[in-house]
Amino acid sequence: MFVKQLSVFMENREGRLEKAAEILKEQNINILALSMADTTEYGMLRMVVSNPEEAKTALKENGFSAMLTDVLAVRLEDQVGELHSLTLVLCAKGLNIEYMYSLVSGERKAIIVKTSDAEKAAAAIRESGLRLYGNEELCR
Amino acid sequence: MIWNETKECMSRDEMQALQGARLVKLVDRVYHNVEYYRKKMQAIGLEPGDIRGLEDLEKLPFTTKDDLRDTYPFGMFAVPNSQIVRIHASSGTTGKATVVGYTRRDIDVWSECVARCITMAGMGREDIIQVAYGYGLFTGGLGGHYGAEKMGATVVPMSTGNTKKLITMMIDFGVTGILCTPSYLMHIAETIEEMGVRDKIKLKASLNGAEPWTEKMRDKIEGMLGIHAHDIYGLSEIMGPGVATDCRFHAGLHVHEDHFLPEIVDRETFRPVADGVTGELVISTLTKEGIPLIRYRTKDLTSMDHSPCECGRTTARIARFTGRSDDMLIIRGVNVFPSQIEAALLEMGGTTAHYLMIVDRVNNLDTLEVQVEVEEHFFSDEIRALENLARKIEHVIQQAIGLAVKVKLVEPKALERSMGKAVHVIDKRKMD
Repeated sequence: MFVKQLSVFMENREGRLEKAAEILKEQNINILALSMADTTEYGMLRMVVSNPEEAKTALKENGFSAMLTDVLAVRLEDQVGELHSLTLVLCAKGLNIEYMYSLVSGERKAIIVKTSDAEKAAAAIRESGLRLYGNEELCR
Repeated sequence: MIWNETKECMSRDEMQALQGARLVKLVDRVYHNVEYYRKKMQAIGLEPGDIRGLEDLEKLPFTTKDDLRDTYPFGMFAVPNSQIVRIHASSGTTGKATVVGYTRRDIDVWSECVARCITMAGMGREDIIQVAYGYGLFTGGLGGHYGAEKMGATVVPMSTGNTKKLITMMIDFGVTGILCTPSYLMHIAETIEEMGVRDKIKLKASLNGAEPWTEKMRDKIEGMLGIHAHDIYGLSEIMGPGVATDCRFHAGLHVHEDHFLPEIVDRETFRPVADGVTGELVISTLTKEGIPLIRYRTKDLTSMDHSPCECGRTTARIARFTGRSDDMLIIRGVNVFPSQIEAALLEMGGTTAHYLMIVDRVNNLDTLEVQVEVEEHFFSDEIRALENLARKIEHVIQQAIGLAVKVKLVEPKALERSMGKAVHVIDKRKMD
C-alpha cells in the first residue's frame, strides 16, 4: 500500500547533491521521481528509487543522513482535473498534505503524497476509486 | 588506592609548614637565578628575606603568560642549559609560543604527579594504558607516558592520528585505561559504536584533560563506554597534565599541593577569595627547578575546597572548570562560555556534544550562530519538524546564556573531529 521514499538531509554546500547522485549511480540505483525542498541552510532530497533499502545503506555509509519514509503513490491519468479529484478526497476527510510531487516513469504516472495520516489517506483514496501503486509495481 | 599517602594525606598544619618552607626557597632561587624576577622584585622593593612563609605570599607579584613571551625562549630558566633535559612548548595559536624547560628532577616530579593522578582514577600496575594525547612539543603525550610508566602500567604510546587502529589495539591488547582529551574520547566512543565493537572493549577508566568539559559530557562518555572518566588538569607553564585530578568521589580535583601552591583570586581585585568563591586559579611551582614560577595566573576560573574528601586525601580540591577567562566571549556585552552551550545541548538530548560557535559582527551588532550536529534518530523528512527542532535548540541555548542565538543544523559528523583540543569557537570579529 505504501511506497518507501528515500529522504536525505543535505547541507546547502557545493557538491553534496553531486556526491549523493554519484553514490546512487555506483550502486546502480534508478531514480524514478525526486523533489528537492530547500531552505537557506539545508535541503531535503526526497526520492522514489528502484532499491530504497540498498540506497539508504550506501548513502549512510558515505556519511549522509538518510531515512526511509512511507508515502502514498496515487495513480493518476494524464488529463485535466486529476489533481483536483485527489485533493478533494483528502480534503473531505480533513487530511493535511505535508508535501507532494509527481512521478512519470514509462507508462506509470503518479502523485507522491505525504499526508498528516497515512493510513486514513490510503483508505480514503481506495474508497474513492483511485488506485495506489506499491513499491514493486512502480519499480518493475 | 593512594600513590603517595605521606604527601597526599598530610594534615593541614604539616602541609602548610612544608609549603611555607618550599616557598621561601623558591623565592630565594628565582631572585638569585632569574634576572627577570630579580628586577620585578626590586622594582617593588621586595627582597627574598621579606618572604618568611605562606603569610607573605600576597606580597609577591603575579607572573603571566606575557612574562613568558617577553623572555622567549629561555629567559625565565633558573638553571644553566646543561641541566635542562627536555623542552616543551605551547602551540602558540594566540601569539608567540611559550617555552618551558625541565631538569631531570622536574621530570621525576612530573612523573610522580601523573602517577598519583592515574592511581586516583583507579588504575594500577596491572592496567594496560593507551596514551592518546599528541606526542611532541605538547606536554600531554610524554607527560602521560612517563607518569603511567612510573606507576608501572603497561603503556601503549598511541599518540593521535588513527582512531580505528587505536580501537583495534584497544580490543586486541585488552586495554583498560586511556589518557586523551575529552573530545577525542567522545570521538573514539562514537567510532566504537559505528564499528559495533562496544562489547569487545575492556576499558574501565580514563583521564581526560587539556580542555574544559562539563559534567554532562562526563555522563555521556561514561554511559557510552561504561567507564569511569576522570578530569586531569594541568598546563605546560606549570608542568603539563597532572597538576590535579578528581578521585572516584568526583568532588573536585585534588591539587598536588606539596608541589603546586594554589590560590584563588578575585578577577578584578586580585585579592584571595574564600573557599567556594569562584575566581582565577593562581599557582606557584614550589619545587620546579627548570622554570620556577611565582603566582602564575592560569586564566582558569574555579573555586577551592579545603574540607576533607571521602577518599582520605587531605589535599585542597579545585572545582571543575567553568571556563578559562581566555575562552570567555563577550557577545553584545554578555559573558558567554562555550561550556554553557555544551551543557545546554547535552541537557536537551538528541544532539551530539559536537558544536561550533560562530561569532560575527554585522552592522556593528554581534551575532552568534551555533552549528549543531543532530543525531540521526532525530531527523525527519519534514522541513517543518527540522525547523521546530532548530527553534527548540535556540530556545534552550537562549535560556542558558540569555542571548538570542541562531541555530544551524548540520549533518552528523559534519563538524571536524579534533584529536587534540577541540575547536568550539570561531570569532570572526577578531579577523577584521
